[in-house]
Amino acid sequence: MTTRAHVLVIVAAVVAALYVLRLVRLHQLRSKYALLWLTIGVLLVPLAAVPSLLEWISDRLGVYYAPTTFLFLAVGFLFFVVVHFSWELSRLESKVRTLAEEVALLRADQPETVDG
Amino acid sequence: MTALVVIPAYNEEASLAATLKELASGVPSVDVLVVDDGSTDATAAIAHKGNAAVLRLPFNLGVGGAVRAGLRYAVEHHYERAVVVDADGQHPPAAIEALLATLDGGADLAIGTRFSEGSDAYPVGWLRHRAMGLLHRIVHWRTGQAFTDTTSGFRAFDRPLIELLARDYPVEYLADTVEVLIMVCEAGYTVVEVPTPMRPRAAGQASTRRLKLVVNYLRLLIGILASATRHRPRRQS
Repeated sequence: MTTRAHVLVIVAAVVAALYVLRLVRLHQLRSKYALLWLTIGVLLVPLAAVPSLLEWISDRLGVYYAPTTFLFLAVGFLFFVVVHFSWELSRLESKVRTLAEEVALLRADQPETVDG
Repeated sequence: MTALVVIPAYNEEASLAATLKELASGVPSVDVLVVDDGSTDATAAIAHKGNAAVLRLPFNLGVGGAVRAGLRYAVEHHYERAVVVDADGQHPPAAIEALLATLDGGADLAIGTRFSEGSDAYPVGWLRHRAMGLLHRIVHWRTGQAFTDTTSGFRAFDRPLIELLARDYPVEYLADTVEVLIMVCEAGYTVVEVPTPMRPRAAGQASTRRLKLVVNYLRLLIGILASATRHRPRRQS
């Protein structure tokens, strides 16, 4: 990669981090998800700033073509995020189900109301 | 002046009965609300037996969520004051009286602290001690006030604060104490620390593991960092 490309990646990471912080500030994003994304930003910046780092990691992993390592890490991370979201979604579904049950139980104790 | 003691309780059947009994004899003038935070034991039944009002959450929301539910109850039932007290008997009735007296003295938020002079020694682990020192500095930076114990959950609120926090209470662990403190100071309310004697936990276990603690601190720092530039409306005086 050229120096310009490295600078571009760093700028993009910083802008993304600021955007994430802005979402937290506006109460649009829970801080636990912010932590997830900011961790990525923090990991990305040194990789962009020190190109030899990626080559060193590739060498350690036995990968000949350094960008492959980057793609491998990126896909691995996105996979992790998606699995994590599936897990969160499952938890939310079971909570919604519990809430629906609670409402039904509360209604059972109420005098009957006429619909329409 | 009507006051409500809010007790967030998650599987506290071992200690709750004694705590309620002590409150009934020590501070008979206050009402007691137990927020059963999705317990799987007899917490709610014991709370009913102890003549407390009970909110049963359908699943576990964590301490912050339970406190917020309790504050909403206080708003709906027109309480002038609310005191958040641990279910495990750490906070003696005399200390609750001390917090309420501090509100009488003009404070909007009174925090019972463990480390001030005049309080009994309270041992904490090394990591936690360091982390608390960091929080102390951050809160000092944001509020200009030096609090000795920023994470103490033993707090008394007056009516305007109950209303504010019932609407806008950060429920995550740690944020529910530290971020609230910063929020309240920045909104221009008066916060006073009250050194109180606290006993070791009567039963049950402290709820945080080390890795989780680190993650929680990082989360909190992000929240504080993000809010560092947030504009908040000042209190009308």
